[in-house]
Amino acid sequence: MNVWIAIGLTAAGCYLAKYAGLLVPAGVLERPLVQRMATLLPVALLAALTAQQTFGDGQQLVLDARAAGLAAAALALILRAPFLVVVGAAVVVTAGVRALG
Amino acid sequence: MRRVAEQTAPPESTGAIGAISAGPPGPAPDAPPHKPDAAVVRDALGVGIAVGLSGFAFGVTAAGSGLSLLQICALSLFVFTGASQFALVGALAAGGNPYTAAAGAFFLGVRNAFYGLRLSQLLAFPRALRPFAAHWVIDETTAVTVAQPDRRSARIGFTVTGLTLYVLWNLTTLVGAMGAEALGDTEAWGLDAASPAVFLALLAPMLRSTTERVTAGVAVLLALTLLPVLPAGVPVLLSALAAPLVLFLMGRRRRGAATASQKETTEKKGGRDS
Repeated sequence: MNVWIAIGLTAAGCYLAKYAGLLVPAGVLERPLVQRMATLLPVALLAALTAQQTFGDGQQLVLDARAAGLAAAALALILRAPFLVVVGAAVVVTAGVRALG
Repeated sequence: MRRVAEQTAPPESTGAIGAISAGPPGPAPDAPPHKPDAAVVRDALGVGIAVGLSGFAFGVTAAGSGLSLLQICALSLFVFTGASQFALVGALAAGGNPYTAAAGAFFLGVRNAFYGLRLSQLLAFPRALRPFAAHWVIDETTAVTVAQPDRRSARIGFTVTGLTLYVLWNLTTLVGAMGAEALGDTEAWGLDAASPAVFLALLAPMLRSTTERVTAGVAVLLALTLLPVLPAGVPVLLSALAAPLVLFLMGRRRRGAATASQKETTEKKGGRDS
């Protein structure tokens, strides 16, 4: 049930955010501070999520095969690889390191 | 001095499209007036197919987190914005309560509002169409749309990317969720690295200036420091504070630098490099 509550809230919230952008008069969202916050907020969230899902295990910090996988993804990004290759590199390297370890 | 800086800063560098650097910059005023429809469709299909296929990773990850098939498909059908979906599933798997989990996913989805603002000017869809178009306002459709030279191409680009991505993302989610059982231990396949890799791939093109990089660094520090001491889901939400924090500090530094250079050289034109 808890999961359905989370899904319902997320679906409603995310849809309203998308729709709001198409409806709201341009002036409101075009204030410089609002714009800068909008650009930076996803940066902060995505960085935090990347770190947490790479080094977090429940409430513990760990260094395991995922770190190697993410390093591979970072390298793929630097080489301007397509999205799917980046994700694939992370998965394959993580699996490989686990198989070896 | 600050007024000069504001005037010379490119108006779009902090705008909604500033967040999407996956595609080329928006249409220039002197851009060629026409681009063949086939070329637009090709661009759109390229993005739609590549990203659409990664729904497989989402399906597998979500199944590994203990969600049911119906719940997983509901997420891809009704949320349809990848980062939020991965974040929600990750937070629930870590044992977060549904409200903090949904809040984290929602904050990630807020960026789509700014994409929508930009798109509504480019696409100029009739009012009746907007509630439907809204569902497809995401990173990838925006990146393709803003790269088009005119309205016709923008509309084709948006529609083809949106349709391809929606269909494929939902199909691959279903396949991934069903295949997860056959795969057995998803960790042995390294699939738990898919979700952070998706986040990193979305993040990388955003890290264009010092402000973005410092924000990302502060957010990582906050997230990792808070992880052991706070309930699941809360550290990520608090890491979002890196954004206002860095904006505030950068603003102060810039003002400090501007007054300092003003004192030093009253003649020279300083404080431009914001």
